[in-house]
Amino acid sequence: MPFWSPLALFAVVLAIVVTHLVVPSTRGWMWKLSALVGLGALALLLFLGLIWAPPEAFMSDVGRILYVHVPFVWMCMVAFTLNVGCAIAYLMKKSWRTDALAESTAEIGVMFGAGGVLMGSIWARPTWGVWWDWDPRLISTTVMLLAYVGYLAFRSFTEDPERRATWSAAVSILGYVSLPIVWFSVRWWNSLHQVQSTSQSLDSQMKIVMWWGTVTMLFFLFAFVVKRYEIARSRQSTALEAPPEAPRQEVTA
Amino acid sequence: MSDPPAIELKDVSKRFGPRWAISRLSFTLAPGRSLLLTGHNGSGKTTLLRMIATATFPTLGAIELFGQETRRHRADLRPKVALLSHANFLYEDLTAAQNLSLAAQLLGTDAPATKVAELLDRVGLLARANNPVRQFSAGMRKRVSIARLLLKAPKLALLDEPFGELDPAGITQMEGLIRELQAQGATVVLATHLIEQGLALTQERLHLEQGRKEKVS
Amino acid sequence: MKPVGLLRGAWLVLKKDWQLEWRTRARLTATVFFSLCTLLLFSFAMGPGIDVLRAHAPGYLWLGILFASVLSLGESFRVEAENQSLTGLLLAPVDARSIFLGKVLGNATLLFGLALLLLPVTVALYDVDLSRNPGLLLVALALGCLGIAAPGTVYSAMSSNARARDVMLPLLLFPVLVPMLLAAVSATRFALGKDVQEQLPSWLKLLTAFDLIYLSVGFLVFPRVVEDD
Repeated sequence: MPFWSPLALFAVVLAIVVTHLVVPSTRGWMWKLSALVGLGALALLLFLGLIWAPPEAFMSDVGRILYVHVPFVWMCMVAFTLNVGCAIAYLMKKSWRTDALAESTAEIGVMFGAGGVLMGSIWARPTWGVWWDWDPRLISTTVMLLAYVGYLAFRSFTEDPERRATWSAAVSILGYVSLPIVWFSVRWWNSLHQVQSTSQSLDSQMKIVMWWGTVTMLFFLFAFVVKRYEIARSRQSTALEAPPEAPRQEVTA
Repeated sequence: MSDPPAIELKDVSKRFGPRWAISRLSFTLAPGRSLLLTGHNGSGKTTLLRMIATATFPTLGAIELFGQETRRHRADLRPKVALLSHANFLYEDLTAAQNLSLAAQLLGTDAPATKVAELLDRVGLLARANNPVRQFSAGMRKRVSIARLLLKAPKLALLDEPFGELDPAGITQMEGLIRELQAQGATVVLATHLIEQGLALTQERLHLEQGRKEKVS
Repeated sequence: MKPVGLLRGAWLVLKKDWQLEWRTRARLTATVFFSLCTLLLFSFAMGPGIDVLRAHAPGYLWLGILFASVLSLGESFRVEAENQSLTGLLLAPVDARSIFLGKVLGNATLLFGLALLLLPVTVALYDVDLSRNPGLLLVALALGCLGIAAPGTVYSAMSSNARARDVMLPLLLFPVLVPMLLAAVSATRFALGKDVQEQLPSWLKLLTAFDLIYLSVGFLVFPRVVEDD
């Protein structure tokens, strides 16, 4: 397995995303293509992760879940970052598209995040002996996840569409801002209590698989976000009346 | 060189939830003139008044007051515009005097205490000045709102069903108040179901039907 | 009539909220007793071991304040929703940022007052020693209460109108308060007990950073939340 293969795969993802954005006529099917290629990459990932990569000295075979766990968490962070970008963009210039993308990225982010945290927990039990721990990454991800679950709940409970868009943008920004704060405070707490952070020194083969896994998940992230965006847009068009047309006849006051 | 119109609506539409409450409304009102706004419940009168008051803003189109667009110049416009609405903006647990005193101080009024007492006396509530608003009847609450409007001495007064909840004496007093505002040169928009009183007080008329301007025979 | 500045507007809003709280002080009293009960429940849940209780007292105190904050933050905007008074304030006119500052300070001072009232209770129930570092203890309490009030004011403005408003405020607020809780509890612990590594100033700095960040973000975002535009 050549060391540059994840990079080649990344070039494919990038090509798909750019084509989707730049060539409108491809938007109907680009996400489907992405999902298909992703499935292929996933099949290869399963082989690489379960068979090709050597068992890690410290974590043995249990560590193999990391090849999916870590990419899931990365996708969660990418999605949430896109979401807060949409939030800021919406507050600067209102647009239903921006709001639809915000809705989509939040949901997909929560999906990946929940999966990531769950897998992390499954990995932690045999490795550390506990289901939960004071790891800055774990706590930060969980806090963000909870913040965004709140975001989704808030959206579903706010009826007026314009207010929902503006207010959830505010919720998104306030929630995202917590990420560096949480990270820093937990890390500092751990350093004061001399808690060892799990050292993950991966050998080169494992690194290739980790990167391959991350790029594989990008295909799915893209496909899910696009599809969910389309669902959001179609919901908008059915829920909202079209803008009024010009007056039927000339009326004078 | 004429003054800019007091109110100018430029192709204004307002969405409320999923529906359009106001659809492509345009009209102009010169300064010092008075407009009667009529229409059934749900025709968009309250939404229109709230937009002119800068409590909310058009989804499409723009509103200009005295030449200034509402969204961008709300800080300049708000001191000049007063809204008398069904929602009275009062704090139930504060007294009438405290509510007015807050309004006076927020306006930067000189000698707020004297002014507040004077106005409460004018609306006949001086005896109840130190009672919490929670104990007031609907008519009394309206009178506190009137006092607050007088405090502001606005250039543009927006009155949404001002005769509601008033007894005949109160209605007469309200008519007197409107004439006083007009005498001060204020522009007045009056939304009311009492067409007779409304026509007597105003020079122009706008009838709304489902958020659109309708010709009145 | 001269226009009112940002700080003066905030002060008038704050004063108005204090007036309202004083006039409805029965509600305040109820909130205090609610917190008292919470602290009592913690001591029952943890059992009679006084060493355990003393060690975790800062945690119980802050959780008690946190639960009470949900009630007080909610009330802070419920009064504004009653007669659309918040719109009335904006039209008065008051700058939305003044309303934010006034409300944050109002909520923070209320929580701080509550924290002070709970201190003797923690002495009684958990046998803590207040005399070690009272000055910095008060600083920790003040910064922590401000930390709850800053994001809490923004979320409360949004939840007062939403359906399921009772659960929406804590659901939105609690995740974001995780680091603040950590810092406040740590700072309180080191103000009440031994501070071998001299961590207290650093935790206070972290609290200050949290407060400044949320005050700034709130200051920027609050006008978009309360204005209907």
